[in-house]
Amino acid sequence: MAYRLIGKDFVPPDVPGKVTGRIKYAEDYARDGMVYARLLTSPVPHGRVVAIDASEALAMDGVYGILTADDVYPDGEPQSTGLKVLTNEPTLMGEPILAVAARDEKTAENAIAAISLTIERLPFVLDPLDSLQEGGENAYNGGNTFIFRQGFAEEKWTADQVASFRSGNEPTAEAQQSWEYGDLEAGFAASDFVHETTFSTAGYPHMSMEPRSAMAYWENGKCYLHGTSQSLSAIAEPMAAIVGVPLEDFVFINEATGGGFGQRARAGSIPSMAIPAKLSQKINRPVMMRVTREEEFTIGGARQGLQGWVKVGFKRDGSMAAMDMYCVSDNGGKGGGGDANSAAAGVSALYQTEAMRFRNTSIGTNTGHRGAQRGPGENQIMAIMAPIMDKAAEELGLDRLEIRKLNAAQNGDVSGPRSTPFTSAYMPEALEQAATQFDWEGKKGRSRQTNGTKVRGLGIGQGYHNAGRSGMDGLIRLMPSGRLQIHNGVGNLGTYSYASTSRAAAEVLMMEWENCDVVTGRTDRHLPITSPQDGSNSIFTNTRTCFGAAQDLLAKMKEIAAMDLGGDPADYEIDGSRIYQIADNTAGMTYAEVAQRGMELGGKFTGEAELPEELNTLTALSVSRLAGTGLMGIFHDPRHNDNPPGFTVTFTEIELDKETGKFEILDMVTVAECGTVVHPQGLANQLRGGAVWGIGLSVLERHLYDPQNGLPASSGYWQSKIPTYLDTPAQIGTGWVDLPDPENPVGARGIGEPSMGAVSAALNAAISDALGGHLFDTAPVTTDMIINHIAGVSEEATPLAQNNFRG
Amino acid sequence: MNPKLTRRRFIKGVIASGAVATSTTIWYAANGQARPAGAVERMIRININGQMRSVDVAPQETLASTLRYKLGLTGTKLGCNRGECGACTVLVDDIPSYACSVLTHSVKNKRVESVEGLEAANGDLHPVQQAFVDELSPQCGYCTPGQVMSAVGLLRSNPNPTREEARQGMAGNICRCGSYDSYLNGVMRAAQIG
Ligand code: FES
Ligand code: FES
Repeated sequence: MAYRLIGKDFVPPDVPGKVTGRIKYAEDYARDGMVYARLLTSPVPHGRVVAIDASEALAMDGVYGILTADDVYPDGEPQSTGLKVLTNEPTLMGEPILAVAARDEKTAENAIAAISLTIERLPFVLDPLDSLQEGGENAYNGGNTFIFRQGFAEEKWTADQVASFRSGNEPTAEAQQSWEYGDLEAGFAASDFVHETTFSTAGYPHMSMEPRSAMAYWENGKCYLHGTSQSLSAIAEPMAAIVGVPLEDFVFINEATGGGFGQRARAGSIPSMAIPAKLSQKINRPVMMRVTREEEFTIGGARQGLQGWVKVGFKRDGSMAAMDMYCVSDNGGKGGGGDANSAAAGVSALYQTEAMRFRNTSIGTNTGHRGAQRGPGENQIMAIMAPIMDKAAEELGLDRLEIRKLNAAQNGDVSGPRSTPFTSAYMPEALEQAATQFDWEGKKGRSRQTNGTKVRGLGIGQGYHNAGRSGMDGLIRLMPSGRLQIHNGVGNLGTYSYASTSRAAAEVLMMEWENCDVVTGRTDRHLPITSPQDGSNSIFTNTRTCFGAAQDLLAKMKEIAAMDLGGDPADYEIDGSRIYQIADNTAGMTYAEVAQRGMELGGKFTGEAELPEELNTLTALSVSRLAGTGLMGIFHDPRHNDNPPGFTVTFTEIELDKETGKFEILDMVTVAECGTVVHPQGLANQLRGGAVWGIGLSVLERHLYDPQNGLPASSGYWQSKIPTYLDTPAQIGTGWVDLPDPENPVGARGIGEPSMGAVSAALNAAISDALGGHLFDTAPVTTDMIINHIAGVSEEATPLAQNNFRG
Repeated sequence: MNPKLTRRRFIKGVIASGAVATSTTIWYAANGQARPAGAVERMIRININGQMRSVDVAPQETLASTLRYKLGLTGTKLGCNRGECGACTVLVDDIPSYACSVLTHSVKNKRVESVEGLEAANGDLHPVQQAFVDELSPQCGYCTPGQVMSAVGLLRSNPNPTREEARQGMAGNICRCGSYDSYLNGVMRAAQIG
């Protein structure tokens, strides 16, 4: 279908502000009388606050007040692994215990130095398997695991069970969680090649570039909070609840967010923003809380590490007949997550496994605040699976591309424990297109070619994430000026989805983009509920809502035109910001005129009557506040059917130096299969950014903790090994299949997360290829592992070690 | 630097100097510091974006703090405040420098340029800024001012870099969004139009 705006590049309205430095992040605001908060954080990885004596600090000149966990939770802290605003029961080194407000940060720091904190040091643990073993320490006060609806519990294996797992065997203990489909036994019996191995993938921090600084003040009983988020409207209601203020008295201001990657999607993962809000309420002054890089490391989120075992069987023709997976997931000191489950579901989706079993046990460690991080689970497991696919191809005498095509998801296919159908799926097309763009046929002969100490490796990777939701609301207004105001609560995160999804409304109304305003940036601009902008779903979810709201507006415009100019609404069409009779286009009204007329009519035309019943709370509040201010399009999105996938394929070629263990990425091409392309430049950015993240997962990033004291050793950018310009290729090829999805009105699905998984998979496969098919069964594969392998040195002193060096 | 300033005091000072949005007189009171007796000049003049600005600067104050919290130039970002990320990059006599790791006192006879100083008087964007818009180089934008300043510095010393030279020249700036390729596209385009 030919669109005017969908599929075309444009300059998102915030970009000039980004290149000039004019756009404001939370820390860039100031207010008269503003004071500063600093945090006293836990000096131990696990402890219990016994006493806080702040009398000396509070008597200091320039100190305005203190906020403790007792202030925040007068009835006691919630019993969960979730991150608290402040805590008396830290399970992380550096977890915030209290905050002090003072006239400047130095005074606040001095006050904190004067506070006497008595804390009981409790035993800590860094590796889930150490905690699982009988006699091992527990990360939490109530045990080492948290069971939904039951609470804290203790999960222990015998020493033999742990040792057997560490030495490469299937775990024998009963798992906390499991699902299964198909006939696993029959699948393995029918397999010609069966591969069984243990594996591990590392946890590591999100390290968004903008620390989660926040500033708050109260005015006329309302709380104004400048903060950071992936979605303003998804955050608003739960954040108001954390602050303890009714939604109608809470204003969240968030013009730009300096990176989220899954960790700023929900209020529960950024509760620290409530600290300045509550302090400000207590001392009646605006409070700025700047968060340091180290604090951001501690509370800013981390990927779950996985320790696992897989057994996978392939039939003679290369089809994946059976897959058995068992994981121990690292829930860290706070948070948790479903990485292992998503990993298994991802394998099912990508390789169309005929029979599958998944088992998982989640165990806490005093390391990191775990939660969703870009493609949680799927992106780790693809790095493990890609070299295994290559091994299967080699054993069965198949081309590496062919085995992937054979197992690829296509239209009509299903995946996961409930055999959920895809809304559409074109993985074979994506593989074909990427192979052509990369010139697989021309290059594949270079696999394992040597030149002196250098050896070439080629890799193919695939990525997947469920990429679309529904049930949100759309809200637009046509103003008497003729301009269209598109209210959108999607956060300004760098995906530009807030703007690109808004274009679906302009598309329906055939409006020039220049005559449209995206209304966002603060909740008192009255936003509809939108997706949390996580799970790669914004493009799918919010084009549906913007499209629906525009259709509602269009129907109202036609009704008004028919009312005033005669005939039936169906007799009218639109173009050039005019609505006119199809039979006589001189009989019509401009958009400005129809908006004006709608305002005169009021009622349902201006949001004062006949609202969709199912509107979400925030949307209903926004509509009530906007009622009467324009001709309104209001829409509640019904649920969609099936699973909208985001698929990616990456091909890469590397040259690995066997003397140093280092490699260079010579070529990399990623192709997306994400339905209709809405915003090509934005999509290319997601593919390139995802590639950089994939490189980080595959070869660089991991948590490191000092085993003696539990101190994090990777709290800065340098030590956490965020990929730099020099770790990434100087050019990454991109492409897309661009075939529409039937469950989205413009045919679009999301892509942000799978863009990473395909690269982590391709790169691990390329390293394995360069080393003659050696399987490291781990991510990241670091230079020291490569060089040890080449030197024939045993790679692991402690197999499957988490949050520490392996050797 | 004041030889008596220990590293710890320096770091504490950095934290403190990042915190003050009020007038400099209040700043001294706020920090419990008496004006020093002559040892270090406090009120200094710095050339920032072509203008001489008078500013009251503590001995241990970083340039990023002065720009952001004394002069209101919040385009200069702090990603790490410890010389690891480049979000705070400004030009000091045309050389890209981490403003979080430069003492303001050390630049008093130098030309400092921040992202706010790049646009022409008529509002036209600098060629690097325009190229970054055209290539949609930024994602979240938090590293962008630093990337812009590094690119401007690079193109002043090497107006026609190869892509590899640009990559090396920009290597001091981390982008967690991974927009490196898009920034390099921007640098190469700016070299063409600049
Ligand atoms: S803020 Fe200066 S280098 Fe990171
Ligand atoms: S654009 Fe987000 S850190 Fe660079």
